[in-house]
Amino acid sequence: MKEKKSFGNKVLDYIKGNPIVAMLTVVSIIVGMTVDNFFSWNNLSNLISNTAIRFIIALGVSGCLITKGTDLSAGRQVGLAACLSGILVQRADYSGRLFANLPEFNMFAALLIVIVLGAVIGGINGLIISRLKVPPFITTLGTQTIVYGLCLVLTNAQPIGGFAAGYTKLITGRIGDVKSFNLPYLLFVAIFFGFLFWFLYNKMRHGKYMYAIGGNEIAAEVSGVNTAKSLTLIYITAGIMYAIAGWLLAAKSGGASASMGQGYELEAIAGCTIGGVSTTGGIGTVSGVLVGVLVFELLKIVLQFLGVNPYYNYIVQGLVIVVAVALDIRKNIKKK
Amino acid sequence: MSEFVLEMKDVYKAFPGVVALNHVKLQLKPGTVHALMGENGAGKSTLMKCMFGIYSMDEGEIYIDGVKTEIKNPLDALGKGIAMVHQELQPIPARTIGENIYLGRYPMKKALGFIPIIDHKKMYEDAERVLKEVKMDFDPHTKVGELSVSQMQSVEIAKAVSANCRVLILDEPTSSLTQNEVEALFNIVNDLKSKGVAIVYISHKMDEILRISDEVTIMRDGQYIGTWEAKDLTTDFIITKMVGRELTNLYPPRSNVPGDVVFEVEDFTSINPKSFRHVNFNVRKGEILGVAGLVGAQRTELMEGIFGIRSKTSGTVRYKGRELNIRRPKDAIDNGIAMLTEDRRGTGIMGVLSVADNISIASLNKYLDYGFMLNDKKIEELVQDNIEKMNTKTPSSKTPIGSLSGGNQQKVLIGRWLANNPDVLILDEPTRGIDVGAKYEIYTIIADLAKQGKSIIMISSEMAELIGMSDRVMVMCDGRVTGFIDGKDATQENIMELATRFES
Repeated sequence: MKEKKSFGNKVLDYIKGNPIVAMLTVVSIIVGMTVDNFFSWNNLSNLISNTAIRFIIALGVSGCLITKGTDLSAGRQVGLAACLSGILVQRADYSGRLFANLPEFNMFAALLIVIVLGAVIGGINGLIISRLKVPPFITTLGTQTIVYGLCLVLTNAQPIGGFAAGYTKLITGRIGDVKSFNLPYLLFVAIFFGFLFWFLYNKMRHGKYMYAIGGNEIAAEVSGVNTAKSLTLIYITAGIMYAIAGWLLAAKSGGASASMGQGYELEAIAGCTIGGVSTTGGIGTVSGVLVGVLVFELLKIVLQFLGVNPYYNYIVQGLVIVVAVALDIRKNIKKK
Repeated sequence: MSEFVLEMKDVYKAFPGVVALNHVKLQLKPGTVHALMGENGAGKSTLMKCMFGIYSMDEGEIYIDGVKTEIKNPLDALGKGIAMVHQELQPIPARTIGENIYLGRYPMKKALGFIPIIDHKKMYEDAERVLKEVKMDFDPHTKVGELSVSQMQSVEIAKAVSANCRVLILDEPTSSLTQNEVEALFNIVNDLKSKGVAIVYISHKMDEILRISDEVTIMRDGQYIGTWEAKDLTTDFIITKMVGRELTNLYPPRSNVPGDVVFEVEDFTSINPKSFRHVNFNVRKGEILGVAGLVGAQRTELMEGIFGIRSKTSGTVRYKGRELNIRRPKDAIDNGIAMLTEDRRGTGIMGVLSVADNISIASLNKYLDYGFMLNDKKIEELVQDNIEKMNTKTPSSKTPIGSLSGGNQQKVLIGRWLANNPDVLILDEPTRGIDVGAKYEIYTIIADLAKQGKSIIMISSEMAELIGMSDRVMVMCDGRVTGFIDGKDATQENIMELATRFES
């Protein structure tokens, strides 16, 4: 057992352990060699920007999944945060303003406001789940609908545009030149949150408690973990992450509407699961979440470059989710 | 025709990092009770899981009536006349007895001549018949969730009988039964034996083994040690073979000196009127207080009430005269109380997490830098120190606790509490399902803790253990404390007398 593994063997082990990731990498390389512009700075920065926001959402949802819960309200929360951010930062001189009497907010003030809102919604989710013991699936199914309703009421189903110039510019900004080497600012935002969550999950009590609750909630409670408090904090953290993602998304898109963020919860859950977050609780890493989300985004771009009819995308994505989880579970069965 | 109804030869099974069965054999004669003995981790359960088709063997052969066969899965095993009653029963509580017995092999009939549907009438008639065979007078329409543990076990045995089994595996069947229920089980076993069924009986209880079995096979560390006629064996001989060394004492010498009363419980009453009520007791510094009682005496419920897992309507807990306000386990822990729960898998271990995480979870507060950052190095020191002191056998501190044997899991859990350096330790069935060698080690740890001045409350259903380890024994019956007996004066008889003092 103690034999030293060569680099080649390690690579082989990784491929065996993560066949979907390996397969997709190979497909990408093939596509890259046969299709023009696949390996381009532009495409890379596109991939990074798309991945960054979804990574932030997936980080939020990962805590819920690790504690055997889920959060179906993620996407709609992103949408609400995007709309509210949009409303707050609309230019004072923009003719289509939704709330004409509202002052134009500083973009960071807007961020703060949506974060507070996200924390409140997450807190409500968390309290219902941890105190009233309503299963997370049902709780967040309910809040998903409520949040969407709030968003429709708030926006009156109108699209929101006319953002203050600095807002869009900052979020879509990049280091370097669009045509050649460039790295979008969003990359650094994603790295920051990735590191923050790694620290939270590995170096703080909160993370250990989270894994313990996922491993055996009653045992965690008996060991002195205030499970209700931990769970509430996990859903609050999740809400905050959705809010930040929504704020980023509105700026990246240059506009917002109530339909924004629809289905993002499923993409985030899929990304986490592909990345090895176990559906039976107690297992999951930040790096895994990143890989999972990246794989999913890469898959979308590959399909796009191959010129596949976008309607087929959903079919392929769905298959990848099921196959990835089936393979993951097989891996665990074999260990028995 | 072979003289054996079932024979396993040269069975080899390895798990990552450990050889669980190293060329083991087992030969079962029809109409006998064959005891399979060994410490936890010796490979008994693994061998049985191979026989029952839950695991596949890496090497080895199985013969039924001298004919070589392969057992693919539990349903296949059942078809070949092998049935198993698991250590942890797995019935479906919301379904009826009949449905549980015939799960997966419902009797079918054709509706309208072609639609296959379940023949409920036949199923319940058959169920009633097999229930009678195991001396169980129950309506098969009863939901299994309403039954007691021993009744559920009878249902499981009825299931085996209904499959016309020729080999019946009983894995620790008496670990949660009262004396009367054990007698009833033995009657069933003898009855099946006279019908020619070969019974594999796994247990740690020596007196039971010597009483009921005809042959004994002993295993140690995945090795086959030998098979003997039960009538030639003594407890000492079995233990020596199981442990691989002489065991002179079952209980370690104790040199703890009980001091002043430090822990007091007054008028403790549950919110459930059928549970504990008006309980008063105290524990001295450095004292081991044994808690005796029959199943249903509400001992666990009382202790869980004190620890804040269950709710109470009245009652106070005091430590050194100071009243403690305990609403949840965290409050108890913050006040220096620890509790090793009875159900190791259900409320103790976090199976997928590592040994290290399982040890450190209750004491992370002590290992914070700057008030928020965990000090990994200090935690690893704690873990290593803990593994060493408790003599826990684990490949590494990163190994998931779920893959360790029961005894080693228990040591990790005791270690979890010791990391907190508690003043009062509540131990609920600390040696249940643990082999003799590990038991002795756990007794030594308990004696040592008492010597250090910790107050120990130990619930146990094993009389010998209570008498051998307690300074005082508190006896409960039906939710009430019925008396205290000094450890030196305690006997099975006087404990039993108090434990059966029901209110008329």
